[in-house]
Amino acid sequence: MNSAIAPAERAQEGGLLARLGRALDRPQVLVWLMLGPAVLYIVAFVGFPFILAIALSLSDATIGDPSIDRFVGLANFAAVMRQDAFWVALRNSLLITAASIGLLLILATAASELLVYSFRGKRLFQTLFILPWAMPVSLTAIVWLWLLDSQFSPVDWVLVQLGILGPGSPLGPHSHLYYLGRPWLGIGSLVVADVWRMLPLATIIVLAGRLSIPEERFQQARIDGAGFFRILFRITIPALKPMLIVAILFTSLLIVGEMGMVEILTRGAPGHATQVLPYWAYLKGIQSGSLGQGAAVALFLFPFLLVAAVLALRAAYRSPEA
Amino acid sequence: MNWQILRRVGFFLGIGLLGLFAIIPVLWALITVFKASTDLYVFGPNPFLFNDPPTLDHLVVLFKNTNFPVFLKNSAIVGVCVVAITVLLSVPAAYALARLTGGWGERSGMAIFLVYLIPPSLLFIPMYRIVVWLGLANTIWSLVVVLPTITIPFCTWLLLGFFRAIPRTQDEAALLDGCGHFAGFRKVILPQVWPGIGACMVFAFSLSLGNYIYAATFITASAQRTVTAGVPTELIRGDVFYWSELMAATLVVAIPLAIAYGLFFNYLVGGFKSAEEAIMRR
Repeated sequence: MNSAIAPAERAQEGGLLARLGRALDRPQVLVWLMLGPAVLYIVAFVGFPFILAIALSLSDATIGDPSIDRFVGLANFAAVMRQDAFWVALRNSLLITAASIGLLLILATAASELLVYSFRGKRLFQTLFILPWAMPVSLTAIVWLWLLDSQFSPVDWVLVQLGILGPGSPLGPHSHLYYLGRPWLGIGSLVVADVWRMLPLATIIVLAGRLSIPEERFQQARIDGAGFFRILFRITIPALKPMLIVAILFTSLLIVGEMGMVEILTRGAPGHATQVLPYWAYLKGIQSGSLGQGAAVALFLFPFLLVAAVLALRAAYRSPEA
Repeated sequence: MNWQILRRVGFFLGIGLLGLFAIIPVLWALITVFKASTDLYVFGPNPFLFNDPPTLDHLVVLFKNTNFPVFLKNSAIVGVCVVAITVLLSVPAAYALARLTGGWGERSGMAIFLVYLIPPSLLFIPMYRIVVWLGLANTIWSLVVVLPTITIPFCTWLLLGFFRAIPRTQDEAALLDGCGHFAGFRKVILPQVWPGIGACMVFAFSLSLGNYIYAATFITASAQRTVTAGVPTELIRGDVFYWSELMAATLVVAIPLAIAYGLFFNYLVGGFKSAEEAIMRR
């Protein structure tokens, strides 16, 4: 870079501090001083444990004997794949993430379509709207646990008042749905809670994309007589495509890696019907002490996530609408 | 004319529904906090109303008879330290990536995403080993050391957007005026990204507060627990749930954070906007 000339003009000043200052002003030095600490930190606390995770998954390490001295090849992966619970957890992880993302995309697009306009009380609305995201995930799960309580759920109460639930109603004679005690209702509840928690973040990402679409495009379409839905499907959504991909990546990585929701809401029950991979890894690796198998479960998704993310990012970066 | 009215009605209907979706579980939590214990477990009457007079007892119990104040203090210490580390490392890194590196710095937005592919759920088992090696197991400092792995990539990505939104002509003007790169960064560029740094701080604080998997794995001593792992373990005893205290703990944490988020909402959107425009431009 040609900019190193400027500081040289002050070279006469001398002194340690000045020399330090001049060194800082050279881009080649500065770039490593500024970038170095973050890169070192990430290598030490993401790269190193990641390699350790791979080593653990290939060893017979347990909590009792945590040394990685015996190489057992892919035995941990084989042992994990022989367990039915693993396949249920894998299916649930993919299903819950996919269903949440589908709902989130629709709701976040709708929400961002509303939030581009200004209205009275918008600041208050934004604060209330972002509340779910401001909650620590374990506490979100507790709120939903109480909301979907087997005996005292207010949702059940509303359904009974509406005549949908209770004796002689379409949903059967019981006055309770036992959301978290049944396999599919449990999975559905996890999806709803995940959507509730993630909608603010997804909306912010999509809204940011919506705001960078030039206003002239909408004006032109309106002059041409296009209606709301025509504009939405012909202009807004195609232009949002790269943003929607970013939103999908961000939120799905956060959903697929979260175990607190399942641990608190269903504990994977009934049986393993609502089990997901991160919680299964936790149960295997920490609770029952088999570090190797736990690491194998946790690593299982990585190659698939990597391929999916690279494909998605390439699609986003290459989008023709850009 | 009618079409206009219809649009307005549709707009506020949408806003209303969206608001309700976000607020109903929170409202349920808020009502629960002030309900008398006898009023919590009754069948029949409207559960959204106070059938017995509201009470502050549960809030008193939460702050007097549980470890919650300790959890709050621990969470605050962890949050502040994590935010400090995050800002110190990611602000310079983002600037370096945005301005000082050549072509590959531009592509770094993509590389940062790849760090995100290695989530806590994959790292917590080896990370526990590292924490033990460092002698930090069972202390809040284990979280201070480890949680920036989540916040630094994200904040660097977001700040990259803020730095890119500043026209390069300003850097060049600073250089022409005799500022070096560092001085230019400090005097000209940094003051313009304070809102962005503020948004990042709120985000980093809430991410560090919310992380459950590390907090639950690294710390088992009650006095060292943070809110996110402490509240579920301390206030759920076997199958006895202290619902009102649990809801109170949730809201005491969530409401101040939501207000902070609300203040920085537009900056957060702005940060994502410029980070995303960098993607759109290629």
